Amino acid sequence: MIVTKEKPIDEILEYVEPYGKILVVGCEGCTHPPRGLREARNMAMTVSMGLKLRGKSVEVRSTSIAKQCDLYNCKVALEPQIGDAEAILTMACSIGVGALSTLFPDIPVFPAQNTVFMGVEDRESDTFKEMCRACGDCLLGETFGICPIARCAKSLLNGPCGGPVDGMCEYKEYTNKCAWIEIYERAKKFNRLDLFKKLRLPRDRRLETPPRMLVGGELK
Amino acid sequence: MRIFSNLMKEIKEGHFVFTGELEPEKETDLHNTIKAAEELKGYVVACNVTDNPNSMAYISSLVASYLIQERTGMEAIYQLRCTDRNAAALTSDLLGACALGIRNVLALTGDHIGLGDYAKAKPVYDLDSAQLTYMIRKMVDEGVDLYGNKIHGDVRLHVGVAANPNCEPLEAEILKLARKVEAGAEFAQTQVIYDIERVKEFFEMMRSYGIKIPVLVGIFPLKSYGVAKFFDEHIAGVHVPEELMERITKAKDEPDKQKRKEKILEINLDFFIPFLKELKRTEAAGCHIMAVGYPEIIPPLTEAVK
Repeated sequence: MIVTKEKPIDEILEYVEPYGKILVVGCEGCTHPPRGLREARNMAMTVSMGLKLRGKSVEVRSTSIAKQCDLYNCKVALEPQIGDAEAILTMACSIGVGALSTLFPDIPVFPAQNTVFMGVEDRESDTFKEMCRACGDCLLGETFGICPIARCAKSLLNGPCGGPVDGMCEYKEYTNKCAWIEIYERAKKFNRLDLFKKLRLPRDRRLETPPRMLVGGELK
Repeated sequence: MRIFSNLMKEIKEGHFVFTGELEPEKETDLHNTIKAAEELKGYVVACNVTDNPNSMAYISSLVASYLIQERTGMEAIYQLRCTDRNAAALTSDLLGACALGIRNVLALTGDHIGLGDYAKAKPVYDLDSAQLTYMIRKMVDEGVDLYGNKIHGDVRLHVGVAANPNCEPLEAEILKLARKVEAGAEFAQTQVIYDIERVKEFFEMMRSYGIKIPVLVGIFPLKSYGVAKFFDEHIAGVHVPEELMERITKAKDEPDKQKRKEKILEINLDFFIPFLKELKRTEAAGCHIMAVGYPEIIPPLTEAVK
């Protein structure tokens, strides 16, 4: 899922303050924590009250659609609801901001979220963990499900650096397990140390250099 | 195999070699570094010149390596880390190093940028130490850069790498060293270690994996109680042996500064001379003495185990 973190309300108010009619749009897609209809309604109320405190009376409506990252979906579901909105505040990840800006070029679209990473959720510990950096050349087949690009602070390809102590990474004061030590442990368990010790040559960074497009199945 | 440096010549001839360490800082005149290099001359065959240690943004190690060689005649082991430069910048610096007469380079992944005083800067790591080693070998052996483009003029560099015998699990570190050797590393210098038994274990495991590379084992003499305490508490994964720490702690109570210095020197020599004598009986190719700010220990230490 795409993991997001809500922006500070003052930043959001700064964005929408110049506009009199604001539409808050939730996203029922993969954004987590959820940013759907209920969250959009709460945001609309907060924005309305926040602007009132700043001496402005505005009209704030709210709605929600499924998957703002799908342009067709946005067009069908959102176009009929735009009405006379002067600005859109989207609850979606940054992809939703981009999608709505593409679809409605005459209306400014603002983000309510900071998009932080792609990751997994552990409900028990209320933790979201980054798992992928969309590098374009997946290594997981050689690393037993642990992505060294996303889980190693240096995104190294050839094993641990000199930094780990007792298997913990030097970055962020030894609070994260070293991804390469984890890969080593799994490789050893599966009797595949050959994959751990393999020499991987420098990557083709063009695969991960923005802006990327997939056109008819081809990465451009 | 061609020999370009005194360091590699001494290693190949089978001498037990000593290397030192110089740490240029956030400065422009290099006064202290040059002075330290002068003091080490004759006692070590070459000196590492650190590249932004602990990710502190210091003077370029390339410039410092050149000036040290030029002004003192001390051979430099130019440290080069991947934290701050992409493959193109690393290539440029290596070509520059060749032009400036630098003949040894230590290929390092480098501490994470988040550990130092530029913590907000972008960590690069376009290459890692194994890939940097691979790239340098291509430059030296084939006369081409990473992507096969011809280099005009000889690339005369020996490439060394780092190893860490303190690492747990040790097998992960040994396999990593194997990969660096596969990539073409010619010598290794280790992280600081105080435990000679662990050093032996490290060599034994290297042997069992058939890894052959000259290894210079790293030591860090303790100049004062403050240095010892800081090192023990803040250098991750390295612990000063209790007995050594106790003796240094006691020595700090000596009120006379000169006497205190002498006492601490004696304590260090009591620990490191037997350590080095034992080390000479292992497969170690030499010892890398990291005595930054403590050059006066190097003459008595190296003389004692000649």
